[in-house]
Amino acid sequence: MEKIISYFESVGRTVKNWIIIFVEFSQLVAQTIYWIFWGPSRSKPVKSKSVFEQMVFMGAKSIIIVFFVTFFTGVVLAMQSAYQLEKMGAVMYVASLVSISVCRELGPVLTALVLAGRIGAAITAEIGSMNVNEQLEALDAMAINPIRFLIVPKFLALFFMLPCLTVIGDISGIFGGYLIGVYNLKINSGLFIQTAFKFLTLKDIYTGLTKAFIFAMIISMVGSYQGLKTSGGAVGVGQATTISVVTSFILIILADCIMTGIFYFSNL
Amino acid sequence: MSERKVILAVQNITKSFGGRKVLDGISVEIYQGEIFVIMGGSGCGKSTLLRHMIGSIKPDSGRVLFDGKDLSKLSEAEEEKMKRRFGMSFQSSALLDYMNVEENVSLPLSEHTSLDPKVISIIVKMKLGLVGLQGFDHLMPSMLSGGMRKRVGLARAIAMDPEVVFYDEPTAGLDPVVCAVVDKLIVDLSKKLLLTSVVVTHNMESVFRIADRVAMLHKGKVLEIGTPEQIKNSKNPIVQQFIKGEIEGPINVIEE
Repeated sequence: MEKIISYFESVGRTVKNWIIIFVEFSQLVAQTIYWIFWGPSRSKPVKSKSVFEQMVFMGAKSIIIVFFVTFFTGVVLAMQSAYQLEKMGAVMYVASLVSISVCRELGPVLTALVLAGRIGAAITAEIGSMNVNEQLEALDAMAINPIRFLIVPKFLALFFMLPCLTVIGDISGIFGGYLIGVYNLKINSGLFIQTAFKFLTLKDIYTGLTKAFIFAMIISMVGSYQGLKTSGGAVGVGQATTISVVTSFILIILADCIMTGIFYFSNL
Repeated sequence: MSERKVILAVQNITKSFGGRKVLDGISVEIYQGEIFVIMGGSGCGKSTLLRHMIGSIKPDSGRVLFDGKDLSKLSEAEEEKMKRRFGMSFQSSALLDYMNVEENVSLPLSEHTSLDPKVISIIVKMKLGLVGLQGFDHLMPSMLSGGMRKRVGLARAIAMDPEVVFYDEPTAGLDPVVCAVVDKLIVDLSKKLLLTSVVVTHNMESVFRIADRVAMLHKGKVLEIGTPEQIKNSKNPIVQQFIKGEIEGPINVIEE
């Protein structure tokens, strides 16, 4: 009997903890939105310099890694699809397969996963170490809201930079496929480009970019939340960073699945 | 003393964390312009009391009045306004790592005022001058010694010309000479800027060097309040053991 009670107690505790996390996370999102839209009427607006600095760190400095990841994915995708399409004599369609797969799916998801690892971890580590070193408390004591001062610039920067990086990822993925198509599969260069863009619709582009906006919000909010919840010194910062990256990865894949479902079934 | 204005009043506050009572019915009054020291052993609730005074923790019961206003009943805008009348010097200095000394000290000014950056720069130089750190404006916090970081933290705490400055363990981890320098700074700033200072420390030398009045905390309660002389001559064995740093006595650290 005691075992059954303790089992239900532990289930209750877990559910309670999840509810608390959900409520706190929702509050953080709501406060971030408040400080973006209504905050400037109450306090000084977020400094454009801070947003710009974050844009450089998150955007410009991520271009190379995004390029490599999506470029090689395009290369692999072209080779793998050629392996199947050759059997049907439809090698030419490698171009459209690569362009649509990259723009609709792989470009946004891979770019987001790369950024979750690079930027999500950095956001958590920075805010988390500020938290354990009393720096967030110091901001609060100076009547400077940490969400407005620290989180909003990161949120805005990633919100605008992730879609830009996704476009770069899309282009480099198609470029990877192009190199295989033209130099390995011997498809005519002009024909490859023509086929790649013939079947690519505007919908393929905007669904991919819509995903990028959502992924940006996930990465910045999860990273910030974990940073604000950090406790326990250097070990705590390490743990929070790991949780932040893992949670972002899972939520990105989950959100991708939900959005793809919405776009597919609603014919958007 | 009775004619002096009470700027901060803590009235019978209690606070528990995870079922453990950290503050147990604490009441103190702090007069305008005095240096009030809160002393006590590790874990006795000194820092928690300080955080109640700046409004970053709300008490379970009781209230904290600043200039007659209950801190827990202020609206967000009022609380923000009130916090600008405070300055806080943290135990770890809490300087923002990615900002240099000048940016750290100017932060409250650039966030809360519309002053021209040139004016802010002059104010920052003045404040750094007050803590004896002229010419260090462009150094990063990681390039400073512990004592210098404390002083930069202090310059930042007084940047907005506050009425009350709170110091959390201002001399912790510093060598005796730097301790004396920081203590002198606290006294000088209080006199020059007519500040009220609330200092949390367990450094006994500091206590008797700077305090106008002292409160001794033990197990979440105020054991005794008085002038340094009164505390020194206290008949309370706990106070005496703490002042003298003796192993034998009513405070049993190992059992606790």
